[in-house]
Amino acid sequence: MGIAGKLGNLGVVTTTLETAVNWGRTNAMWPMLFGLACCAIEMMSTQASNYDLSRFGMELMRPSPRQSDLMIVAGRVTRKMAPVLRQLYDQMPHPKWVLAMGDCASCSGVFNNYAVVQGVDEVVPVDVYVAGCPPRPEQLIHGIMTLHEKVKGERIADWAS
Amino acid sequence: MVDTVDRDLAGEEGVIDSPVEETWQGTVDELKGLVSERALTGETMLLNMGPQHPSTHGVLRVLLELDGETVVSCIPDVGYLHTGIEKNMEAKTWEQALVMTDRMDYLNPMGNNLAYCLAIEKLAELDVPERAQVVRVILAELTRINSHLVWLGTHALDLGAMSVFLYCFRERERILDMFEMVSGQRMMGSYFRPGGLWRDITDDFIPTLQGFIDDFPSKLHDYEALLVENPLWIDRTQGIGVLTPEDALAWGATGPTLRGSGINWDIRKAMPYSGYENYEFDVPLGEHGDVYDRFMCRMQEMHQSVRIIQQGIKRLPKGPFRSNNRKFVPPPRAELGRSMEAVIHHFKLWTEGFKVPKGEVYIRVESPRGELGCYLSSDGGNRPHRVHFRTPSFVHLGALGKLGSNAMIADLVAIIGSIDIVLGDCDR
Amino acid sequence: MNAFNPVDMARGSLGDAVQDVVEFRGETTIVVDPARIVDVCLFFRDTEGLEYNFLEDVAAVDYYPQEPRFAVCYQLYSMIYNRTLRLKVYLPGDNPRLPSITPVWNAANFQEREAYDMMGIVFEGHPNLRRILMPEDWEGHPQRKDYPLGYEPVQFSFNYEDINRLKPYAKE
Repeated sequence: MGIAGKLGNLGVVTTTLETAVNWGRTNAMWPMLFGLACCAIEMMSTQASNYDLSRFGMELMRPSPRQSDLMIVAGRVTRKMAPVLRQLYDQMPHPKWVLAMGDCASCSGVFNNYAVVQGVDEVVPVDVYVAGCPPRPEQLIHGIMTLHEKVKGERIADWAS
Repeated sequence: MVDTVDRDLAGEEGVIDSPVEETWQGTVDELKGLVSERALTGETMLLNMGPQHPSTHGVLRVLLELDGETVVSCIPDVGYLHTGIEKNMEAKTWEQALVMTDRMDYLNPMGNNLAYCLAIEKLAELDVPERAQVVRVILAELTRINSHLVWLGTHALDLGAMSVFLYCFRERERILDMFEMVSGQRMMGSYFRPGGLWRDITDDFIPTLQGFIDDFPSKLHDYEALLVENPLWIDRTQGIGVLTPEDALAWGATGPTLRGSGINWDIRKAMPYSGYENYEFDVPLGEHGDVYDRFMCRMQEMHQSVRIIQQGIKRLPKGPFRSNNRKFVPPPRAELGRSMEAVIHHFKLWTEGFKVPKGEVYIRVESPRGELGCYLSSDGGNRPHRVHFRTPSFVHLGALGKLGSNAMIADLVAIIGSIDIVLGDCDR
Repeated sequence: MNAFNPVDMARGSLGDAVQDVVEFRGETTIVVDPARIVDVCLFFRDTEGLEYNFLEDVAAVDYYPQEPRFAVCYQLYSMIYNRTLRLKVYLPGDNPRLPSITPVWNAANFQEREAYDMMGIVFEGHPNLRRILMPEDWEGHPQRKDYPLGYEPVQFSFNYEDINRLKPYAKE
């Protein structure tokens, strides 16, 4: 195919831009420090030297929601905490993703009662759910890898509109 | 939202609204007793150290009244992790409820199990074999080391020493591997059951434990070399957050928070449980009651835990790992093929659960944070009638208002770290 | 200093404030008149030979549908003589009130707030009686026996769609 064909059909450039942008997003996704309960300890273990999270570009756990991309909801969200969670999610700039870590964040886990929100997807839209009580660091890393796959599959048409 | 705004108090309209409305959800009258008058006129600032904060060790909200950098009064607001565990346990059978106790103080899961199991065993007058008691002591001390390592890592991280965090979690991985060997789960094992243990310890547990215990004191010396005589650490922790012995007793402080002020009280020595009277160990005490003394208490406690574990390994007898009382403990699977009573016991235990006689008891154990108490009330049925846990973090946070007044904000971070709160323990 | 028997001392000095004494599994429980709880606590804290200087626990219990419905158990500990004691007060079901013991031990501050929040027992004289574990505007007292657990039914295949329709999923 000649240059004219490639120049005329801009499809090639679009795909490469998507891949480049998604590559940039996945390889430097900064998580927000949102550890609530026991899963937070396993998240800290994943961050530490044995199961290193910084090889995925995630060593900077940003406490400020304005500077982070990924909110890992690690732990049980109670009814008192739910408005705070939503406020923090709203403060995060686009693009943002939410990973529900653990059984309590996914579906309230062991706690089926008045005080715990039955799954954090009642408060914020969730992209990836990681099961476990608490999930092993390998499970959390698998969840993050799944999120990376999802982000790599995003198309310009979705987020540029 | 503010319902009643006392306009007389403000000099002009609008002065009182903005500092109070954003951070205080009650009425202004309720606030009057808690902060000084200078806050209501706007002279000092009300600042929210919110539930999501890197240094509050979980979801703790502290309402600070600030005069520049000095904290005039601080009001802790807890409950952001209240999971209703006590009420949920009333809806499950005795052994099902045990699983929920792990998740209360999530840095000390075996300790929570131990408190609950001891309470059931006292109520039901269950015997616990010697082997189970020794294993319980070994695992409880390992959990104490585990919890102190996380405390040390996060406390040092708050005050700026980041490499200690990575070292502590490296040791923690070895301990978590050992927990996984016995119970199958890294953190929430639910390994202690009423009557003993869930299953016997595996063959590779003791050699791994021995290897870890031989190695660990040298690692502790590394951490001490980094921090104990470090002039920066000493500047940031000595003289900060002083808790006098009288205040400590009045506010209900226990554990290293109390021993840092010089009062010699350790439940393992005063009211021993699970065979602790047979072990030789010292109880480290502080002198001044400041952050540094509490830090030294916990570091020394890790050394003493190593001593206890070494004695435990030597003492470990052969024998059964759980009580033989078939009304409470299920029979082993091999017996089901041979004995009709075993089948009946198995059936009753798996469908209905065991019944605990009517009464109430209170059991206390020494958790890494302080005194963990379990008040258990039974009405003779197969479910708990009322379980109440007296958790050390909840009581210590009551004292934060006293500890934090007249401190600088940066010192408040050190104080919160030194009383070692875990919000799951506080809010349950 | 010799330790005196708390039950004998209490019966002797406090008279009719002591309503009952129960010994169970090695623990002594003294049932006390709720209106005089502060005097009783001061007596146990300050008398020579008793000196219960530490308040361990304040636990509220709901005995629904029995009357008296509520009970508050105070767990005391004497560090000097190394022994424990439980004081129990029974309260009626409607309008349970009793004096707060925060003047005696400050440790009761947060514990009584929790008993108020969870069971609805009002402690008169408490400096700051507000909800502590539940949100400020929550209605009801969760740990009472007539308060529902609030669980969501488990989703099986036969009721999956029904529950899914009612679940408040978050929009963007």
